[in-house]
Amino acid sequence: MNILVCLKQVPDTETQIKIAPDGMSIATDNIKWIINPYDEYAVEEALRLKEKFGGEVTIIGAGPKRVTESIRTALAMGADKGILVDDPAIIGSDSLGIARILSAVIKDLDYDIILCGKQGMDDDYGIVGSILAELLSIPHISVVLKLEVSEDASTIKAHREVEGGTLVIESPLPALITAQKGLNEPRYASLPGIMKAKKKPLDVKTIADLGLDASQVGESGAKIQIMQITHPEEREAGKIVEGETPQEMAANLTRLLHEEAKII
Amino acid sequence: MAQGIWIVAEQREGELRKISFELTSEARRLADQMGQSVTAILLGSNIKGKAPELGKYGADKVIVADDNRLATYTTDAYVSVIAQLAQSGEPAIILLGASVQGKDLSGRLAARLGVGMVQDCVAFSLENGNLVAKRPIYAGKAYATVTFKDSVPQIATARPNVLELNEPDGSKSAEVVDAEFSLDDSQLKTKVAEIIQEKGAKVDLTEAERIVSGGRGMKGPENYTILEELADIIDATVGASRSAVDSGWRPHSDQVGQTGKVVSPNLYIACGISGAIQHLAGMSTSKYIVAINKDPEAPIFQKADYGIVGDLFEVVPALTEEIKKIL
Repeated sequence: MNILVCLKQVPDTETQIKIAPDGMSIATDNIKWIINPYDEYAVEEALRLKEKFGGEVTIIGAGPKRVTESIRTALAMGADKGILVDDPAIIGSDSLGIARILSAVIKDLDYDIILCGKQGMDDDYGIVGSILAELLSIPHISVVLKLEVSEDASTIKAHREVEGGTLVIESPLPALITAQKGLNEPRYASLPGIMKAKKKPLDVKTIADLGLDASQVGESGAKIQIMQITHPEEREAGKIVEGETPQEMAANLTRLLHEEAKII
Repeated sequence: MAQGIWIVAEQREGELRKISFELTSEARRLADQMGQSVTAILLGSNIKGKAPELGKYGADKVIVADDNRLATYTTDAYVSVIAQLAQSGEPAIILLGASVQGKDLSGRLAARLGVGMVQDCVAFSLENGNLVAKRPIYAGKAYATVTFKDSVPQIATARPNVLELNEPDGSKSAEVVDAEFSLDDSQLKTKVAEIIQEKGAKVDLTEAERIVSGGRGMKGPENYTILEELADIIDATVGASRSAVDSGWRPHSDQVGQTGKVVSPNLYIACGISGAIQHLAGMSTSKYIVAINKDPEAPIFQKADYGIVGDLFEVVPALTEEIKKIL
């Protein structure tokens, strides 16, 4: 099977998010960058498919040079090759711009399945996968908890998390799926894996290499414009409910919820 | 010239979901500012009878796409029909719910129409006829206010349980029309093979108006019964922190937080939950937060409207008793 995985980097979730002085972006100094956790489930699932069916896993990323590190980590986990699109023109791309870039890379590749994470833990949009599938004219199944590929690798059955339950959705391949937490437990890269990864091919492409115009990506190609980034409104300090005993505290809370908040 | 605000109503098993009325109410508010109309798009099978409900919340018109292939949501069918209707109807703005369905179809729909899409919005406004949307980023550690460029229509999804509902007005009625669309079976690649219901069929966390949630302080899965008893009498859904889920006490579908579900209830009661940023990310838009924790330094008390510093194993059952007295 030819398996593709798209990944990005996000700030480590412990990072304190600071707003840049211009109020239009997040300050990026002192950020520890990690593979977007949802993309890690995609990488792991790809490796399991390779273990079962044979074939190759290609990791694709778009962004500054530092994304190379995350692609190498995926190679160290067991993927075979990487492609990074690194070009100043892509700065400021929205989801559509990123999907266009990925689509331009992928249209020249042979693939049976594409795996992405369900959303980036930075902007939390969660649509690059579905837009990419639309641009490639293939079906997509999002928020996948479990993936089964038929023996002849021609169809998939994906368990998709919905409100109140799970849907099992069938699709022919090629298709794109977006990974939800719980799909698998990603492996750690082993030391031999890390050493091997250094020799695995990692191609770097520019926009021109992909036949894209700068006007289709970056800020110029974006359909969404950021007006400002703000901190969340602070919740007003609440009150500690008085009481000498648990019963008293419970009674006071009940009264407050009933009479003051009026929600019970 | 693109005109009007459209909303995509959501139905499940023939019943309209609350998000449909939230969207209609918000669309009405925005449309009144623009002097334009509100149209609801309703997809389903034998669903036409539900259209008048949308009128009560402010829809001027309901376009009903009735087809047995639309009974249950599938990406391919819904994106195809909504895109066709948008191409012929030319709305200025389309609002959908940021539900599982909405989030699945919104990106694909926007790409098909070649326009921008803003996901999981908590507030809308207008500026020079353009939709302005506010949405959480970095799991709610910051908010982005965004608008659209070169996009007609402008598409956005709204977080459930956040937009204010209008008072339904029985005297208001909407014009109901049949949608014109074509659906080729060959376009429908994905199929629903099976529906697995969660045991206990309570309201899903993402739509629950009340949630009772337990964290590490619960000390074990068997203790969640006290939360379930409280939840039962106040009609709440039980949630859990990541710590509890990682310990195997509760299923992942119960997890509230950055890598779990984002919830927006009227009442969130956090029991034995310390209040890590990642947990807060999942429930910070709750209207009222109650925290019960024996550690007075627990960060959750900074965000709670009402806090009880005490032993949850005594406080929670006592709370259940006290609430029973007033119900």
